[in-house]
Amino acid sequence: MSLELEFDDGREVFATEEMTLNMGPQHPSTHGVLRFIIRADGEVMRSAKADVGYLHRSIEKIAEKVGWHGFMPYTDRVDYVAAMTTNQAWAIAAEALGGVTVPRRGEYCRVIAAELGRICSHLLAAGAMGMDIGAITPFTHAVRERELINDLLEELCGARLTFNYMRIGGVAWDLPPGFDAKVLRFLNHFEPYVDELDDLLSNNKIYIERLANVAVVSRERAIAYCLVGPNLRASGVRYDIRKHLPYSVYPEFDFEVPIGTGRHGSVGDCWDRYIVRLDEMRQSARILRQALEGLPEGPVIAKVPRNYKPAAGEVHVHVETPRGDQSWYVVADGTEYPYRVHIRTGSFAAMSIIEELSRGLMVADLVALIASFDIVAPEVDR
Amino acid sequence: MNTAAIQQLLHERFGSGVGPVESARLSDAVEVDPLSVDEIALFLRDQPDLAFDCLNNLSGTDRPARGKIQVTYELFSYVHRHAFVLKVDARRDRPQVKTVENVWPAANWLEREVYDLLGVVFLGHSDLRRLLLPDDWIGYPLRKDYVEAPEYHGISTVRESILALPERR
Repeated sequence: MSLELEFDDGREVFATEEMTLNMGPQHPSTHGVLRFIIRADGEVMRSAKADVGYLHRSIEKIAEKVGWHGFMPYTDRVDYVAAMTTNQAWAIAAEALGGVTVPRRGEYCRVIAAELGRICSHLLAAGAMGMDIGAITPFTHAVRERELINDLLEELCGARLTFNYMRIGGVAWDLPPGFDAKVLRFLNHFEPYVDELDDLLSNNKIYIERLANVAVVSRERAIAYCLVGPNLRASGVRYDIRKHLPYSVYPEFDFEVPIGTGRHGSVGDCWDRYIVRLDEMRQSARILRQALEGLPEGPVIAKVPRNYKPAAGEVHVHVETPRGDQSWYVVADGTEYPYRVHIRTGSFAAMSIIEELSRGLMVADLVALIASFDIVAPEVDR
Repeated sequence: MNTAAIQQLLHERFGSGVGPVESARLSDAVEVDPLSVDEIALFLRDQPDLAFDCLNNLSGTDRPARGKIQVTYELFSYVHRHAFVLKVDARRDRPQVKTVENVWPAANWLEREVYDLLGVVFLGHSDLRRLLLPDDWIGYPLRKDYVEAPEYHGISTVRESILALPERR
């Protein structure tokens, strides 16, 4: 008796078929609400198309309605994992157009707040990366450390997430008494902790196996897709806005710009993107120590009219957020409202390359890929 | 290379399709023809002295007073570490611009966003669909004359305030 290997209509019984899978919009590993439509052949993806916009709040349109000062709290919501740097980007754009100079102490306060925010964001990225591929414990460790920074920032400005700390012309409040000593104490505790995270996560055999050589982004593709920040540096491009297009008082500090080296696989793989962030936390700690050491006396905010009306002009501002070069295009027309605000964020660029990278990748690696890009969905959608 | 030098180079190569340097306060740009922006983009990328390998930003701005929608390209070269701003003016009643997606893949999403929020059609784009708004959204919210519809699929977009109603006695 022969085995029948065909259906009546001629299709083979054991043939494989392409499958369409829907991931999201509320998958727990997608770092905010986003959705992928995956075409898979077994465990291997043919493509993963991103469907974004679930967190679109038309923040750029709101800017045209609320005025220059009034937009500051909205910038917190562009990237609520690292609101300080987004605050700073808006302040720099408005100050450039209005010709405002920030007092030196104000700039130092900004750097201290921004670097604490960067550590905060990278801790979450590193912890979530572990969790996304199945290591739960490191996440709790990372969040425990992050909580200490949240406490510090709460003391600084009253909020733990959406800070609204910066103002056009400086910052809202000076550092509270004893704040510098507390930050130093935190750093003394934190720097050895980063090494601990290396032992716990970075050098873990399973962790490396899951990330090394996965979703490698070449230097050329990274630039072509405008990847920025740690995602770009992991692909071997040494470029950091703080160093190469400096703003604020960053030229006064001594720090390095870590890049991906392909230690466990190839330059630009998921593991490289992870380790670059870890190294950046050490550099942020270095900057913080120098900023506390050299903290000048004086006012923290310049005199800025309540009815802020910068003359007509337009400006391109770049700020190094934890998710890389955030590119702001701001047009003023001489009124008390911005004429146009456009923000190209790091997560936006990273989301747009995923479809290309997903071809031939395992379904399970998509989560690792998203985590390695440190995508924050509200920053994509604005 | 600075904006003036790049403008000169572009003008020599493309002639009347390239305008003079436009100086807004704090930012210089060169305006080019929206239907030859793809060729100019390719030249900007492949000319070794320019080597603009990265499209850093692409924004749309509605200028109803001039009857135009302006698209602004901010380019950056990781080779020479220099930047350049390119602009095109699309007619507001029929905004059409050639896509630069084939020059910089980053343009794929950036152009979709401008199409979504301002209604600029990028000719030759491989996948010109709305990006942030739902597919069946009506209108282009970042246009200056955009009026929000009172409802979306029966969901009201306005909320009556009880404070605006006459007080009950």
